[in-house]
This record gives sequence, structure tokens and C-alpha cells, in this order.
Amino acid sequence: MKHLLAIEQLSRGQIEAILDRAESFAEVGRRDIKKVPTLRGRTVVTLFYESSTRTSSSFELAAKRLSADLVAVKAAGSSVDKGESLKDTVATLSAYDPAAIVIRHPYAGAAQMVSAWTQAAVVNAGDGKHEHPSQALLDVYTLRRRLGSLEGKRIWIVGDVLHSRVARSNLIAFQRMGAEVTVCGPPTLIPRGIEELGCAVSHSLERLGEAEVVYALRMQQERMSESFVPSLREYAATFQVDTRKLNPRQLLMHPGPVNRGVELSGEAIDSPQSLIAEQVAAGLVVRMAILYELLAGGEGPTPVAEGDGAARPTPIGQPA
Amino acid sequence: MSLADSLDVRPGRPADLILRRATVLDPVAGIDGVHDVVVRGGKIAELAAPGEGSADGAEVVEAEGMHAFPAFFDPHVHLRTPGHEHKEDVETGSRSAAAGGYCGILAMANTDPPVSTGADIAALREQARAGASVPVGFMATVTKGMKGQDLTEMVELREAGAVGFTDDGLPIVSARVMLRALQYQRLCGGTIALHEEDPELSGEGVMHEGPVSAALGLAGVPSVSESTMIARDAALAAYEDARIHVQHLSAAESVAVVRAAKAAGVKISAEASPHHLCLTDEEVRSLDPRRFKMNPPLRREADRQALIEALRDGTIECVATDHAPHQDEEKDVPFEQAAMGVTGLETAFAALHTELVLPGTIELGLLVERMAGGAAPFGIERPTLAPGSEANVALCDLGARWTVGEEGYESRSQNSWCAGRALTGRVMVTLAAGQVAFRLRSFSLGVAA
Repeated sequence: MKHLLAIEQLSRGQIEAILDRAESFAEVGRRDIKKVPTLRGRTVVTLFYESSTRTSSSFELAAKRLSADLVAVKAAGSSVDKGESLKDTVATLSAYDPAAIVIRHPYAGAAQMVSAWTQAAVVNAGDGKHEHPSQALLDVYTLRRRLGSLEGKRIWIVGDVLHSRVARSNLIAFQRMGAEVTVCGPPTLIPRGIEELGCAVSHSLERLGEAEVVYALRMQQERMSESFVPSLREYAATFQVDTRKLNPRQLLMHPGPVNRGVELSGEAIDSPQSLIAEQVAAGLVVRMAILYELLAGGEGPTPVAEGDGAARPTPIGQPA
Repeated sequence: MSLADSLDVRPGRPADLILRRATVLDPVAGIDGVHDVVVRGGKIAELAAPGEGSADGAEVVEAEGMHAFPAFFDPHVHLRTPGHEHKEDVETGSRSAAAGGYCGILAMANTDPPVSTGADIAALREQARAGASVPVGFMATVTKGMKGQDLTEMVELREAGAVGFTDDGLPIVSARVMLRALQYQRLCGGTIALHEEDPELSGEGVMHEGPVSAALGLAGVPSVSESTMIARDAALAAYEDARIHVQHLSAAESVAVVRAAKAAGVKISAEASPHHLCLTDEEVRSLDPRRFKMNPPLRREADRQALIEALRDGTIECVATDHAPHQDEEKDVPFEQAAMGVTGLETAFAALHTELVLPGTIELGLLVERMAGGAAPFGIERPTLAPGSEANVALCDLGARWTVGEEGYESRSQNSWCAGRALTGRVMVTLAAGQVAFRLRSFSLGVAA
């Protein structure tokens, strides 16, 4: 695997390989010294054209945990502000010979284009409303830890599917792992033709009870002014996932950041069945696994935590 | 009016040559057979028996096995001048047309500034007389500056030589302005060509709305954005008994509207582009805006089939390329940010021959007829091979295989939707308005004994 551009391009085996790798990094994370030397001397560039907290911080920390040198570029305050094209920015950053470029961009296909302009491995950290593959991987990872397997599990993705790259990537990833997916929301926020991706479509939460997992999406304030919904109040009354609609056996997920009281009730967010905090924690190890898979995956190296057990080679995933 | 009378071209030496043993096909004139096409003084002097045409000192083109068609006419070309000469101009665009077998093209008016005054038309006609390889006609905008509000001085524009009117690139949103333009047409003539789209429905759309846009997370342009506007304007044209031409049909719904309007006697004609006849929105999965981003967008297979059926039954009377050159920096960006449009003049015939004629979807004769069908809707005489007429001939080698872009383009831009495709059928020589407008470099002309 040279790049991570879209879940669409990954087989079930490739997804599982990344998740297995993430499991071994979770083990590293429980050590006192959480750093491994795998990417020492290599450079990772993060290039964010959109604001982000979780994704940017976890990719940055993941690179550091793997001992890579990190260059974090935000579009605001960079030469992008001066009108530099994406192609020229990538050419500039490529001059530092980075091993990987992690990019978030407001438009679909940006990461794929970048992959044609650089020798570096390219990781799509979100391209427009298209895909967010690392989010889907961390969500599958979180669910796999809870459920063992997604095979035959019923997952409902609820909310603004139209504007959500998370919905698209997760829809594909969940199905590829054997789950049955239903997308649910008002007709104005469900893209025409989405059922051809293999999912069911519902416009009501009535049958939410059949789901083992409920994945709620962020509802953005501005959708109201664009006539997608008449009011956030009515939207919340119809589509908010709360503890009355959830039954206690169902798992609740959300990619964050949450609008409390809109797509989710505060009670649901803080309930024990909510996996939201686990998703954030999974983000770090899964993104370490992604960088590892792209940059060192083929070489079979054996990272050990620095200063942990001297130079004893310890295959990751085995107890140190 | 002949092409040379109604359009402008750089004056040159009238052709004297013979296309020896060419397979001559002009379905409209009822010509189908092997002949020596004798061209004298820029006119088709005679269709002689094979080998019998008298060379009389003229050039002899050994055309055995090749096809001579009436040269093509494209009613929808963007020459980008004034204002965007880095993309194309009259000289490069008309050369591109000549290389595609065209003997006439109509230039759209969405330039910078738009072509909205008689002086604009006069300046462009001057450019064509100075440097156009094939006859070029110029359209003027319907509304001043293409703002959709006030009509241009349509009478004076026609007197200055505007072939017709169009705000192509943008729809005329106001029904009232549309109605006034149709009323004014009675005074000045000139077909009004319409880019049909409801901007409220298109929104931020960058591709067809459907399963592929759903999968890619791209905002979609629904088919009804086009068809509802055509329905409105067909009704207005019927009300005013006016003459309209619908540009670049893309959706099955639009075909149905045009067909019904024609059946009801509305003076409406329609065109389809080679890319809409050959491709579907599945191509957009590549997220390659250079080849697959245009407006209207590529649609579903059912839409493509509806367009082909409409081409067959005459609901669509002509192929029009919507040749829309753009430079690399406008296309080397993510799909949503990229400029809309693809070039098409140099590949239109070869692409349609390869994709529709060779698999047996349509007959060669139908394609030849539709390739020149864009003249009549604008009151321009259709190119013909009938003896005595001005020489407008496309000599094609239907067996020649070539890869698009390998030898570069005559156009100044490289955003061909066919880039990298292997096509079968190639234009070898083009005669336009009685002059040799193009000959393929590798195809040498013989000299009479």
C-alpha cells in the first residue's frame, strides 16, 4: 500500500492488517515510554487546509510517537494565503523529501491529485465531502474491540449524510467488514442514489431499535439557512438520538465535534453506551498504524519502545 | 447564403485538386459511390468516374480507400477571444476546427468582455478575415454583458454581422427577459441559442446528481435543472412563434421535452456534444476534471442512450462540440475547483466514428449528416458535395488508428476529453470555403503527371 486515499480502495484484508497493527501500538501505548524508533530520521508533513482538532493532533502525535520529524502546515498563515496553488505548495514541501504527506482539503480528490505530484506517501485526512478513511478505520477499530467482529451487525448512520465524508467512508468500511448499514435522515440530507452503495435508506428513527450500533453525524448550523431542514428545533425533535430512542444494549458513536442537544442529547453522549471517548483514543493508535503501514509496512522492522528492554528486538504485538 | 458569404475566413488561393478514387458520401445530396472529386477554383467541378477525372495540372490526392464527406459544421465553439487568448484565439481555434474536418464554426459570446456591441462583432470579423483557417461566424450575447437583465442592441448587432444570439455559459434566468428577446427576434432575426439550466436547481453542483455523485460526495446537478428550463423556453417560443436552438442537451428528460415541442410545431432545434454521446458520469469516479468536468455534466447511461436515439430520429439535428479550451492551471486542481469544459474540435468525428459507428450503434451516413447539421438552424447553407457547390470537403481515412494528444493539438489548450484514447478514423484533408484548410502532416499530396 503506497497511499491511503480512500476506504473504497481497501480490501477487507488491508483494513484488518491496519487494525491488527493498531492493536500492537495500543500495547506500546500502555508502556511508560510510548515512543518507538521506527520512523527516526524520516519526515512527516501534515498539510491542513481546513480546521481540525482530533485529526490533526492525532496524526501529529502519531508521527512523533513513531520518532518521525514533523512539519505541521496550516493553510491559514502559510503561502496558501498568498494564492499559491495546491500543486506548487506540494512541490515546495516535497523539496524536503518527506516520507509522508497527510493532507486535509475542502475539495474531493485533493489527496489523490497530490499523490501524483509527490514521491511521498499520501494520507487523505479528509477531502471535501468525499472520504475520511482514517476516521473509518478508527471507527471500525473501536467497534471491533467491542464487538469482536462486525460480521452481520446492523449499523445505522443517522443525520446529515449528504454533507458527510465520514458517512461515506464508514458506510463503505462497515459493509466491507460484513455489517449491514442503514442511513437515516430527512430526504433533503440523504444523497440521491446512495442506495446503490449497498445500504438501506430510512427517513425515520422508528426502527432504530433493530440496530446494534447507532452512528450519529454532526448537524451543521448553516444547513438550516440552505433549506435542508426547516429548523434545528424540528430536526432535533425528529432525528435527535436520545436515551429514550436508544435501548441500553445499543452502542452509540459520533465522529465529533458534537452539537449537544441537536443530533445527540447530552444524556446520550455521557451514557455508558457511548463510545465517543474510545473513538478519540483509537484515533492515535490507528493513525500510528497507518503511518507505519505506509512507511515501514513492507520492511518488517521491529519497533521497541525507546529505553525499554535495551536493544532487544521485540516484534510489535508481542509482549515486550 | 454560402459559408464564405455569411461567415468570415482568411482569403487564400482557391483549391485546384483531385481526390482520386475517393468513396464519396453525402447522404443529404444522395451521393454514395467511388468518384474522382474534381475541385477547380475552389468549387466542386465534377464527380468523375474513378480514375477518369482530368488532373489538368492540379494536385492529385490519392484517396483510394478514403472517404470524402461534406465538411462538418460546429455551431458551438469557444474561441476565448477577446480576453482569454492564453486559452485559444481565432487563429488556433479555427486551425483546430480545420484539423477536425470542419468547414465552419460559430464562436460563442461569453468572452471577457462578452460580445455585446456591434463594434465587438466588427473587431472579431476583422480577426477572422486576418487569420481564420475556416469560416467563422460570431454570436452576440442576448443580454448586455451576459448579466441577464437588459437586451443587447440586437438590430445593430445583426447589422454588424452577428449570426445569432446566445448567453451561452449562463442561462437566461428571467422569463420576462427571455420573452422580450424572443419578441425582438421578429425585428432582427437571428436564432437564439440557449444554455438551459436553472441555477437554483444546479446550486453548487459540479457533476450529475445520482449514484456517482452520492458515492463521491460531490454536489449534483439534477437532470431537471436542464429540462425544466427547456420546457419554459419552448413554451415561450411557442407563444411568440420565435426560433430557438437548445444547446448541449444532456438529459433524457430534456430529449423528451424537445421531442414534444417539435411535435407541437415549436420552432426549436437541438444539439448534442460528442462527450455526452460517448461518456457517462461513471468517468467522474476518476475525479479527473481535465477530461470529465463540463457543464452540463456527463449523465447516466440511460441519458446517453436517449441522446443517441434523439440523434437517430432527428430530435437532435446536429453534433456540436462545445469546444471549451482551458489552460493546465485551471484544470490541475481538485475537481470542484476546476474550470468547466473540454476541447473537442479535433476529435469529434473520430470519437463518434469509433464509439458509435464502428460498434454499429448508428450508421456512418447518419453521423455524416449530423456532423454538418449545425448550419441550417442558424440559416447557413449546409455544406454539400453536389457538383457546382463551394468545396467544403472532409477527406477521412476511416481505418487510421491514432492516439489523441500524442502529436499535440492544434488548439492552444490540452483539455481534450479524448486525451490518451485510441481512436479509429482520421481527417486527412479539409477543404473549407474552397480552400485547403488542413492536411495531415504525414499525408503527402501527389502531383499530377
